[in-house]
Amino acid sequence: MRSAFSRTLRAMPTLLRVGVAETVAYRAEFLVWMLTSTMPLIMLALWTSVAAEAPFQDFTSADFVAYYLAVLIVRNLTGNWVAWQIAEEVRMGILSMRLLRPIHPFIAYAVLHISAVPFRSMIALPLCVILLLSSGASALTTEPLQIALLLPSILLAWLITFGIMFALGGTAFWITQNFGIVNFYFGLWSLLSGYLLPLALLPQALRTIAKWLPFHAMLGAPVELMMRHLSSAQVAELIGRQVAWAVASILIGLAVWRAGVRRFEAVGG
Amino acid sequence: MIRAQELTKYFKVHRRQPGFANAMKSLVHRKYDTVKAVDGVSFTIERGERVGFLGPNGAGKTTTLKVLSGLLHPTSGSVEVAGHVPFKREPQLLGKITLVMGQKSQLIWDLPPAETYAMNRAVFDVDQADFDKRLGELTELLELGDLVDKPARQLSLGERMKCELAAALLHGPTTLFLDEPTIGLDVAMQVAIRDFVRSYNQRHEATVLLTSHYMDDVVALCPRIIVIDQGKLIHDGDLRALIKTMDPDKRVSFTLVESISDDELAKLGTLLSKEAQRITLKVADREIGTVVGHLLGTLKAADLAIEDPPLEDVLRQMFGRAKAPPP
Repeated sequence: MRSAFSRTLRAMPTLLRVGVAETVAYRAEFLVWMLTSTMPLIMLALWTSVAAEAPFQDFTSADFVAYYLAVLIVRNLTGNWVAWQIAEEVRMGILSMRLLRPIHPFIAYAVLHISAVPFRSMIALPLCVILLLSSGASALTTEPLQIALLLPSILLAWLITFGIMFALGGTAFWITQNFGIVNFYFGLWSLLSGYLLPLALLPQALRTIAKWLPFHAMLGAPVELMMRHLSSAQVAELIGRQVAWAVASILIGLAVWRAGVRRFEAVGG
Repeated sequence: MIRAQELTKYFKVHRRQPGFANAMKSLVHRKYDTVKAVDGVSFTIERGERVGFLGPNGAGKTTTLKVLSGLLHPTSGSVEVAGHVPFKREPQLLGKITLVMGQKSQLIWDLPPAETYAMNRAVFDVDQADFDKRLGELTELLELGDLVDKPARQLSLGERMKCELAAALLHGPTTLFLDEPTIGLDVAMQVAIRDFVRSYNQRHEATVLLTSHYMDDVVALCPRIIVIDQGKLIHDGDLRALIKTMDPDKRVSFTLVESISDDELAKLGTLLSKEAQRITLKVADREIGTVVGHLLGTLKAADLAIEDPPLEDVLRQMFGRAKAPPP
């Protein structure tokens, strides 16, 4: 038997292809998903009108436009619904079939969700990029280091988001209806990741809390990298935190899974 | 080889009475009962055997299959399948076993089965040439035709089951756990699936452990049966031997041209049914010769048949007996 790692690598192209086919098959859901990730646009409208006359705490109207478009881009590239998917599969017992395949569910789910990214952002992403470059260009960074680190930072944000969502999904092994937990998580995430408003606008106490939690590394970090002129030390800190949280969230996700899957009851005949 | 030693699996089940007040009460204080789904079961199954797993609903059959296939961790006892501990789900073991559940699908719902097959080929790391050969064989045996190109959700139950079986066997497993594989299928399809399982078992010397509500499946496929009731093993052995022990009497059916009174028939055996001129009697094994002689000679009986009692009857008798008497 060949090693698990090389086998997983060889399976990757087929898994991606099937993942794409599956994403495309859910056309209606897909369209709804693309149209519903519009919260940043609402916030954009709100804050640009607040800052229309004069800058609000150093944020000009153009800053807000750039910020929320960048949020929308990062969100489109990093969002996933694996927590709901796992909860559903545990509750209905469908997970059984997944457990009988010799590939770790972390990888299998990850590939499925990666293959959905290009399609989910098919409409929103080009639109946001064009808008960002045309109306928010003045707020964007020109630092080569920040530009070079943008893609790795988005990848890290994806990994952290996925790891945490995987762990949240795993709570379904203990609490079958874990939607409450996931909703609570989303409340925290919206506030502390920079999704609803830039962290710089939060009270100092909340900013300090946010600094020690993973949420900012999931969204705010790549957004800030795209926009503000940061010092090299600040860039290093942002990326450093992201790397640490990526490792931690994968470990947390796997640990929750390992402990939880022992409790799996494989309901239904 | 499959080995279960003193296998137990208990579940904690939340119990609450119906009604709003009880719902509120259960928010604060939850009552749990322990259900002994499998309770100290031991058996060994050799490679290539076909074994039927029988028992009433909730007896623990499916739970045992799920423990054997590694989906559930046993509460206590040990289990070994092809030299592995199932719940560790090592890739080497997963490549050797398969679990087909009549009520659960492994096919990707919105895609044609061909996509599930491609995915299974990739994750089980099956060589392309082997895959093509096996798919060809399965397509022929199961008469899949162009079914593999239709989205799974548009297949009929029978068509889907055939595609499920193919998906479950493409990696060439040598141990098959089949949980109600013919549920909801019409008789012709049941026979087709049964024939297929037998032929797969013979071609690949595969071990088959089957649960089914259709006794015909078990009678046709499994020389050995394991009977489980309320989590406990109550019989393990030859199917015919079980029938002989539980109900040694034969069923003698025949047609008479002339009418005969029930009293006359009662002298020959216990009257089980009398429809038009077709009569079925229950006759003790040692009296078969005399009774048949009398039926054919004196009564000029036609279309005479001697059969074992139906397995359903034997099991009904068995489960009735196995239940503990009320305190």
